[in-house]
Amino acid sequence: MSDDHDHHDGNDEHELRVSKIRDGTVIDHVRGGQALNVLAILGIDGSDGEEVSVGMNVPSDRLARKDIVKVEGRELSQDEVDVLSLIAPDATINIVRNFDVVEKHRVERPDVVEGVLSCPNAGCITTSGEPVTSRFTVLEDGVRCDYCGTIVREEIASLIDT
Amino acid sequence: MRHDHLITSKQFSRADIETILDYAAEIDDDPSAVADRHAGTLLGLLFFEPSTRTKMSFETAMKRLGGDVVDMGSIESSSVKKGETLADTVRVIEGYADALVLRHPKEGSATMASEFVDVPLVNAGDGAGQHPTQTMLDLYTIRENAGLDDLTIGIMGDLKYGRTVHSLAYALTNFDAHQHFISPESLQLPREVVYDLHQQDAPGIREHDSLEEILPSLDVLYVTRIQRERFPDENEYQKVAGEYQIDAETLEAASDDLTIMHPLPRVDEIAPEIDETEHAAYFEQAHNGVPVRMALLDLLLSDEAVLGGDDDE
Ligand SMILES: [Zn+2]
Repeated sequence: MSDDHDHHDGNDEHELRVSKIRDGTVIDHVRGGQALNVLAILGIDGSDGEEVSVGMNVPSDRLARKDIVKVEGRELSQDEVDVLSLIAPDATINIVRNFDVVEKHRVERPDVVEGVLSCPNAGCITTSGEPVTSRFTVLEDGVRCDYCGTIVREEIASLIDT
Repeated sequence: MRHDHLITSKQFSRADIETILDYAAEIDDDPSAVADRHAGTLLGLLFFEPSTRTKMSFETAMKRLGGDVVDMGSIESSSVKKGETLADTVRVIEGYADALVLRHPKEGSATMASEFVDVPLVNAGDGAGQHPTQTMLDLYTIRENAGLDDLTIGIMGDLKYGRTVHSLAYALTNFDAHQHFISPESLQLPREVVYDLHQQDAPGIREHDSLEEILPSLDVLYVTRIQRERFPDENEYQKVAGEYQIDAETLEAASDDLTIMHPLPRVDEIAPEIDETEHAAYFEQAHNGVPVRMALLDLLLSDEAVLGGDDDE
């Protein structure tokens, strides 16, 4: 994985090398150090027997150091991609079928994230056992609880409801 | 979109505010004209925090419109004590009442509760969040005493936890109002509120740690209580407490037209010697709660889409 230099789109040979899985998803260009948070967001902890490989702090032209997450046998849903965008805004998602990258997209920040993050405000109604799904509006530089208005700009991954 | 609930002062446009204040003034002039408008209507009062004053004000307003109230009673004796969720409580009381008034210690509680009910819900204070009917009576009082345009207002005290302050500051961004926030550093406006005020392009937002430099330029000084229990140690409290108290001597530097407001109850923020002066507007402010809440309840309970434009149903 250390020879995995980062080139821009269109290098099929390179894509193949990145994507040494048969079917599944390669999440590339994750900011260095965020790979485990990516897995947390996806709810992957290995307990279901998924085949997961993680490269951390791999040299990259675009990000200097990047992480890569490869998940065999799983294609990410749009919801999952949306939430990923909060901690890995530069990520590219490669969907692999039969060793080929069949789809490749950049993440896009959603307007709203529902049911994924929990509000850090202890005085917020969403943290007190009510039958309510958390909802955060995505701001340019953070997320904001739709109920109590608390804004979180740093360590958003720590709010992930696991 | 028509607003069936009254959750935050952010939902009001300038036109909404003017409609409400004009209507409240009409009611104030002749309450008997609306005395039977809501005969047979029941307002459900859900106070999860004690607030006799606000509760009585809503109760009076509803009764003056010809309606009545049902009250869930004290928290100690209610099902809340048994661990019932707020979501369940409002869904049960919704079956008894035509509209609900909610006071709750958690931020966002009114927003959440409104998602579970079909009758109009009024936020009467959600934690450190919002208190929009208080804001309306504050605006009403400001308009009567100083006017809402070309206004320079100082808002002083516990700005961090003071929901009345947050609500008022948002509403004032609809007007040409310069807002000066005066507090000890530890009780400054939450950064969220400052962020929102800047988003609203508020014309003038300034923060100060002392009243002195700004007092002479103020048309209105809105004082809130600094609670002793907010300070980790008594010394810290003693250091700041005196600086945020208003007495006759403080006011020597103020304009003769300065209007002093306070959401009440006060402790020692405003010396009793101020009460008899032309500056004092806080009792008038409290009395204004009834006509303003009558206007708001009438608009919410009527089918007219007055609060916020077109009906989306
Ligand atoms: Zn919250």
